[in-house]
Amino acid sequence: MGEIQMKNTRDGNFLQRVSKVLLARREASLVILLAVILVPIVVRSPQFLSFTNIDRIINDISILSIVAIGEFFVILSNGIDLSVGSIIAFSGMASGMLNEAYPQVPVFFLLLLGTGLGAVMGAVNGALVAYGKIPPIITTLGTMSVYRGLTFVLSKGTWVTAHEMTPNFIGFPRQSFLGISALIWMALIVIVVTYYFSRFTRSGREIYAIGGNATAAKFVGVNEKRIRFMVFVISGTLFGFAGSLWTARYASAVNEMATGFEMQAVAACVLGGVNFAGGAGAIPGVVLGALFLGVLNNALPVVYLSTFYQTLVQGMIVLLALVINTMVDQRKTRKLLEQRRAR
Amino acid sequence: MAETLLTIRDLTKFFPGIKALDNVHLTVRTGEVHALIGENGAGKSTLVKILTGVYFPTGGTITMEGRELNFKNAIDAQQAGIVAIHQEASMFLELSVTENIYMGHHLRHPKTKRLDWKGMRERTGELLKQLELSIDPDTLVKNLSVAQRHMVEIAKALSLNAKVVIMDEPTSALTTREVADLYRIVRQLRKEGKAIIFISHKFEEIFEICDYYTVLRDGQYIGEGKVADTSTDEIINMMIGRNIDHMFPKKDPNIGDEILAVENLSQLGAFQNVSFSLHKGEILGFFGLVGAGRTEVMRTIFGIDKRNGGSMTIGGKPYAPKGPHDAMAHGIGFVPEDRQRQGVILSMSIGKNITMPQLGSLCHFGITNAKRELEVTKTYGEMMEIRAAGWHVDADTLSGGNQQKVVLAKWIGTNPRILILDEPTKGIDVATKAAVHEFVSQMAGEGIAVILISSELPEILGMSDRVVVMHEGDVTAVFNRREMNQEQIMRAALGETKEALHG
Repeated sequence: MGEIQMKNTRDGNFLQRVSKVLLARREASLVILLAVILVPIVVRSPQFLSFTNIDRIINDISILSIVAIGEFFVILSNGIDLSVGSIIAFSGMASGMLNEAYPQVPVFFLLLLGTGLGAVMGAVNGALVAYGKIPPIITTLGTMSVYRGLTFVLSKGTWVTAHEMTPNFIGFPRQSFLGISALIWMALIVIVVTYYFSRFTRSGREIYAIGGNATAAKFVGVNEKRIRFMVFVISGTLFGFAGSLWTARYASAVNEMATGFEMQAVAACVLGGVNFAGGAGAIPGVVLGALFLGVLNNALPVVYLSTFYQTLVQGMIVLLALVINTMVDQRKTRKLLEQRRAR
Repeated sequence: MAETLLTIRDLTKFFPGIKALDNVHLTVRTGEVHALIGENGAGKSTLVKILTGVYFPTGGTITMEGRELNFKNAIDAQQAGIVAIHQEASMFLELSVTENIYMGHHLRHPKTKRLDWKGMRERTGELLKQLELSIDPDTLVKNLSVAQRHMVEIAKALSLNAKVVIMDEPTSALTTREVADLYRIVRQLRKEGKAIIFISHKFEEIFEICDYYTVLRDGQYIGEGKVADTSTDEIINMMIGRNIDHMFPKKDPNIGDEILAVENLSQLGAFQNVSFSLHKGEILGFFGLVGAGRTEVMRTIFGIDKRNGGSMTIGGKPYAPKGPHDAMAHGIGFVPEDRQRQGVILSMSIGKNITMPQLGSLCHFGITNAKRELEVTKTYGEMMEIRAAGWHVDADTLSGGNQQKVVLAKWIGTNPRILILDEPTKGIDVATKAAVHEFVSQMAGEGIAVILISSELPEILGMSDRVVVMHEGDVTAVFNRREMNQEQIMRAALGETKEALHG
């Protein structure tokens, strides 16, 4: 009996072997799940894979990727930032209003304004967390309302519509360079820069260290406060940048913009294998998580799934992905324990 | 003669690479206070954890009132009537006394099956009255003193109808008056026929309150007897009476100039007026029992905790660390006691762990250099003979011994002038232990000044050039290598003697 079992685990049948390879990496399991979802969709409506549709999906996930990467750094440090939507709204509203009031200001400065304001708002979050010692979830729950409130104060409750903004600004995300839209370029640049930062800089390494074990990191001289402050400045900067892009892409700045977007950002991170307790995760996973959500958002309407069901199905698929991820993790842990015992 | 209540025979517990308990016996009778005596690491905690159903024994039997007991979990042990009162009372601070006492065994209303708070409250009142305590059952535990919390834990044990109550250093945080109160309750429990297993490092307590004693050493049963028939000397001899094997790779020291001088260093509530000096190439042992304040002194030297008084010099220059980075800049390395919590970052690779303290100097304008990092990792990882599938694997895949080697490798990589090792061989296998000892000797041979905190006397005696002994925050003795002897060190650690300080 024991012999037979031994043999099975070594060779395994075809399915076991395939699942072994697939489950080896979290990212891999996400790709597989994505493919599984795509097959029926493409069968039912082949136009889903048309160039224009793919282009639209990628444009859609560009902003989500930028935002999810911002959230990634905070979660990596064992924190969370809930003020995502509010920072996007304030920065987006400010850029839109500046564009309306002074149409001659170049697009570059509109982006810079949104980004700068985001950095300042992030710095306030970071200061409260790192120096005020207020837990991140409380801090950002508070500033989430404060920044949203400031957006209303700034706009006096009005919004900026497409015809009040310059064609330069609202047209810029679609401007093509080497066949790729400016929006996608922006996301690519953010992905490359943050990837480099997280992998090849001292500060990036220290974020992993603080998130992995803050006490041990302090014992080797890592400045915990600096790192905790820094992650919120990074996230705020990226959210602010995303806010300006948001206004341009959707050609309007409304007070309620990006409400609830923090959930998408967090979901992208968790789907992408970022450890919610900090210390583990990587940019490619986060981008993949954002891609997954983007495809899901676009695919369900294409198959004429009733809007009543879309949110439900989306939620269930996200949960399914998380269950698979967790199973992979537990499998890995179990294997490690077995290896260690064998030694 | 009182009847035997609890009998433990040949109890054995293995952890990977370590024999924590090796054929231990213990006999406890009804209505007796039984002292369980031994150094740190003698196996007392493991024994308690087995008795309370936290660990499973590898072998041996536990019999109570003629029935053999096999606990599957902590609840089983409680139901059998064995309850431990913990060193750091593990209580729910935001809940009331009643809620704490009945946590896990709530009383239910006989008819409606809802929680019977009225009944529990009344019963709590009775228990507290029985113990002659003036505590209101509705008080939140966070508003009680440490002593009162102990009493509540005892009341909880009574509510569980405990037959055996285990008290693990119950007096360590109490004032003299509170201790008297505790003694009164212990005597009362004894009169009611309960058996009490009393773990203590303090001899005056053992002689005051205990009837019988059992001594453990290195996980082995050494002996037992009536407290009335023994003496402090006899017990100390039982605690330490071992032959020091010649496994320590102690080299002839080449002691150089003074590098660190500590003058009257104090920290409120942790230690006071600690003074000592440390020389190049010297291994300075720090011995003491749990709570002696050794780790706290080191944390202060390393800049993690602030001091309240005193001064330090490094190489003759004043030294007042602003934080660990400052201590590191002065050439201090610190291998902390709690490897998993303070030493390694489990979610990071071996390589990244090793290069972490010197990442700054390996970076150029904040950009890491993978090639140089690999060189450093290889150099020190190979020096420590870390066994792993590769430098890129995460630290959580390693055994405890290899994790400790990672921590040592990372500090050696910083080229420290002073290396502080806090219990570097605690909980690691014999082979790694030997490797660590070899490494410590080698470092001292290269002129590094080493501070070695250890609760194992053989390690202290085998490795140190001098020993500083601490007891409850005071330095009670300093011995040179040729004057060291187990008995004197143990006496100083127990606060039995205050040697004239020298060295």
